[in-house]
Amino acid sequence: MTIDFSKYPDEHGHFGPYGGVFAPETLMAALEQLKNEYKLVKNDPAFLKELAEDLQNYVGRPTPLYYAKRWSEHLGGGKIYLKREDLNHTGAHKVNNTIGQALLAKRLGKKRIIAETGAGQHGVASATVAARLGLECVVYMGADDVIRQAPNVARMRMLGATVVPVESGTKTLKDALNEAMRDWVTNVDDTFYIIGTVAGPHPYPAMVRDFQAIIGRETKQQALQHENKLPDVLIACVGGGSNAIGLFHEFLKDDSVEMYGVEPAGLGLDTGQHAAPLCKGKPGVFHGNRTYLMQDKNGQILGTHSISAGLDYPGVGPEHAWLKDIGRVNYVAVDDEEALQGFRDLTRFEGIIPALESSHALAYATKLAPTLSKDTMIVVNLSGRGDKDMNTIAQIEGIEF
Amino acid sequence: MSRLHTKLAALKAAGKTALIPYITAGDPSPKATVALMHLLVEKGADVIELGVPFSDPMADGPVIQKAVERALIHNVSLDDVLEYVRVFREQDTETPVVLMGYLNPIEAQGYEAFANAASSVGVDAVLTVDMPPEESKGYLEALQQASLDRIFLVSPTTPDNRLSAVNEKGSGFVYYVSLKGVTGSKELDVEDVARNMKRLQQSLSMPMGIGFGIKDGATAFEMAKIGDAVIVGSALVKLIEANQSKGSYDIHLAIGNKMTEFRTALDKADALKGQE
Repeated sequence: MTIDFSKYPDEHGHFGPYGGVFAPETLMAALEQLKNEYKLVKNDPAFLKELAEDLQNYVGRPTPLYYAKRWSEHLGGGKIYLKREDLNHTGAHKVNNTIGQALLAKRLGKKRIIAETGAGQHGVASATVAARLGLECVVYMGADDVIRQAPNVARMRMLGATVVPVESGTKTLKDALNEAMRDWVTNVDDTFYIIGTVAGPHPYPAMVRDFQAIIGRETKQQALQHENKLPDVLIACVGGGSNAIGLFHEFLKDDSVEMYGVEPAGLGLDTGQHAAPLCKGKPGVFHGNRTYLMQDKNGQILGTHSISAGLDYPGVGPEHAWLKDIGRVNYVAVDDEEALQGFRDLTRFEGIIPALESSHALAYATKLAPTLSKDTMIVVNLSGRGDKDMNTIAQIEGIEF
Repeated sequence: MSRLHTKLAALKAAGKTALIPYITAGDPSPKATVALMHLLVEKGADVIELGVPFSDPMADGPVIQKAVERALIHNVSLDDVLEYVRVFREQDTETPVVLMGYLNPIEAQGYEAFANAASSVGVDAVLTVDMPPEESKGYLEALQQASLDRIFLVSPTTPDNRLSAVNEKGSGFVYYVSLKGVTGSKELDVEDVARNMKRLQQSLSMPMGIGFGIKDGATAFEMAKIGDAVIVGSALVKLIEANQSKGSYDIHLAIGNKMTEFRTALDKADALKGQE
C-alpha cells in the first residue's frame, strides 16, 4: 500500500469522502479557532513537553503491555498481549485525550468545559481534568446511561461536575451529544467542548486521534522489547473509535500488521438491535461529519442497542469509515453474550476485570487466537477497567451487593 | 426570477417586512399540515418555512424537538413533506415555501433526486442547518440545477471573512440567527441584533431575515425595524403543543391569534418606517 497516512485528514478534515465540518453556523468560528490553535500547539515543544509530563506523572504512562500467558495457553493459539489502558488514572484510555484538550482549553482562556459521555469514562476523565485545572464542568449523559453506569455518575459528582441526564430521543450517547452541542451553541464564548471520541466536526477526529495515538507508539516500542518484532494482529473495540484509532494509527503504514475493529452486535447483527454502523450501516452525515451510520431509508438515525453504554452509538469516527473502505482495517462484530464471556474469561484467567466495551475486543480475540500459530503476536487494547460495570454484571450473574 | 426572490422584492418595494412563520411538517399529525399552511397564509404569512422532521435536531430547543418527536411518531419522511407541499400548491401557487431541516434525510435521497423532486412539487428554497457553505459544492449544484434558492445561516459569531461565501453561494435571503443558542431560547438583545445587522448588511447583498427567539409582537416589532423579514417558529409551535389534545379548531384559533399579533406588529413597524 502506498497511502501516506500522515497526510490525512486534509486541511478541511476529510478522510477521502468522510469527515468534514457539518456544523451549525454559530459553531463555525469556534471550530476554526480550535483548528488553528491545535495546528499551532501540535508541533510546539513547550505544549508537547507539558502534555508528556502530565501523561507520565498524572496519568501514569506508559501503561504496560502485558502477556496474558494463562489465557493465551487456554485458548491454544497466538500469544495475546494486553495494552493496559485500564491502568490509567480514572480507569480508561479516555484521559489521554481529556488531558490534551484541557491544556488547549486553558490556552484559549475558556473557563468552562462541557462533555458528553456514554459509559461515563469520558465524563469522569473530563471532570477529573476540570477539577485539576479549576474549571467548571458540565457532563451530558443519556438518562438510561445514568442508571446503568451509576458508579461513574457518583464519581463525576464527587469531582465537582454537574451531570445532566438527557431525557430526549433514545436517552443514550447520541442524545447526550446533541445536548452538549446545544449547550456549546449557547455558551460558545466561554465554553470548551471536550469531545470524547474521534467523531464530530473537524478538527476533533484528527485531534482526538493524535492525543490517543500514544497508545500505539508505546505498543510499538514495547512489542519490540517483548518479542523483538512488530505485533502481527491488533484488536480493539469500536464505538466512536478512539481507543482503536489510538492503537492502530502508529501501525497503519506497517503492512504486515493486521487490524480488527470490533463493533457491538448487541442482540445480533440481523436483529437490528445493535450498534454496528461499519458492519451494517451506510454513509450519511451526523454530528458534524460524514461517516457510516445506523439509519433508516429516510435518513433518520436509528436507536441502538449494546450491553456496553460506551459503544451504544449509531455513528463512528470518519477515519474508521475510510479505513474500512480502503480495506486497511477489518471491521467485525461480537454480540452481548460473547462480550460477557470475554469479560468472564479475562476475569477468571488473568485476574483482570475489564470494561464491557473492552470485553468486545477480548471476545474477538477468543475467536481469532485459536486459528493462529503459537508465534503469532496479538495485541488487544484493554481500553478500560470494569469497575463501572459492576451493577450490570451483578444483575446478570445474580450477585447481590 | 424565483418565486421567493420576486415575493421579497415586491414586499421591499412596497416598504413591507416579510413575515415568515415556521411549523414542523407532520406536527401534530400528517393531516394537519396543509390546513395549517393555508391558515398561516390567511393570517398574513408572506413565506412559509416548513420544517423537515429529523431524529436528532441538534440546533433546536425543546419546543421544536418535541414537535419533531410528534411528527416522527407518524414516521413523517422527507417524501411525505414533499407530498404536503404538492397538495398545498393545488390551492396556493403564490406563497413561497422554504424547507428547513438537517442534511442526512437529503443525503439519504441523494442531492439530485431530492432537488428535482422538491422543485417539481413547488418547493422554492432549502435551508439545511448543518450544511455550511464550505461543504456545499455538490448540494449547491443540485439545488441550482433545479432552480431552488439556497439559504444559509449567519450568526452573531460569523466572522467577516466568511460572509463572502454566503454572498456567493446563497440566494433568496440570508437567515440571521439572532442569538447564540438553539431555536426558541432566551430573550433577544435588540441592541446586539441591531449592531450585528449593521455589520452584516455592509457585506451581504441579499434580504436579511431575522429568527430565533422572537416570542411576541413587541420583539417582532423591534426586529422589523432592522430586518427585511421576521421568522417566527417556537412561539407558534408551542401553541400546537398546548392545544393538541383539544383538536384542530383550537390549534387554528391559537395560531391565528398569534399570527395576527405578529402581523400587526410588523405592519406597525412598516408604517413607522414609511414615515421616516
